[in-house]
Amino acid sequence: MTNSVDATMPPDERPDPPAPPSPLEFQPLDFRSEIADKLRQLYSEIEREPIPDKLLDLLEKLDEAEAKSKR
Amino acid sequence: MTQDVPTFKQAMLAALPSLRAFALSLSGRPDRADDLVQETVMKAWAKQDDFRLGTNMQAWLVTILRNSYYTQMRKRGREVQDSEGTFTSRLSVAPSHDGVMDMADFRRALNDLPADQREALLLVGASGFSYEEAAEICGCAIGTVKSRVSRARTRLQAVLDISGPGEYGPDGTNVSVATRVFAG
Repeated sequence: MTNSVDATMPPDERPDPPAPPSPLEFQPLDFRSEIADKLRQLYSEIEREPIPDKLLDLLEKLDEAEAKSKR
Repeated sequence: MTQDVPTFKQAMLAALPSLRAFALSLSGRPDRADDLVQETVMKAWAKQDDFRLGTNMQAWLVTILRNSYYTQMRKRGREVQDSEGTFTSRLSVAPSHDGVMDMADFRRALNDLPADQREALLLVGASGFSYEEAAEICGCAIGTVKSRVSRARTRLQAVLDISGPGEYGPDGTNVSVATRVFAG
């Protein structure tokens, strides 16, 4: 992974100030929780959709253009 | 026989469904999501020499996409909500029917999160990245990702609790107990 992402790092990506020492502050995500279930459900609904033709066409064109340029 | 090493294009194709899910969930806008994915595909193609086959294509694409997203947000002059934002005033996400929060409600609640928290939650909870990978993608410390996920989780849980069965509401027993206590 390059660090070029830093150049476009939005202000909100700067590290947060130290969190107050609260025992409740860092609750890890429980992967069996309702929230985790809903997140996976949300993703799988979208992942089941066919990839839009526009995107497939774009990849084909990029691939063709590259193949031509290498000849 | 040649070995079946996926080409760059094949690896990208395989990563697209999950990338679309991330784009749509992060932006909350179907129209914008596919533009983001398209832009990501073009950028990734142009930078493919930076990518080594066998490394994590998904993480690489997600990094490009989320950077494009934040760049677009800034260009649109839309402020990325700060983490302590206005969520509490919007906690009253109404469930569409009693006791069940359906996907539309959940999406709405997710969209109401500050973008940095939504992103962290999606990367760890849905895209399946580790906290370490998510930190690298976001260009921040692991502790920051953990904190964002934790806050997102707490806020979403509050919404789920509100829309869940009213087990803390005043039921007959509570009312009669309270009446007795205060009458005494």
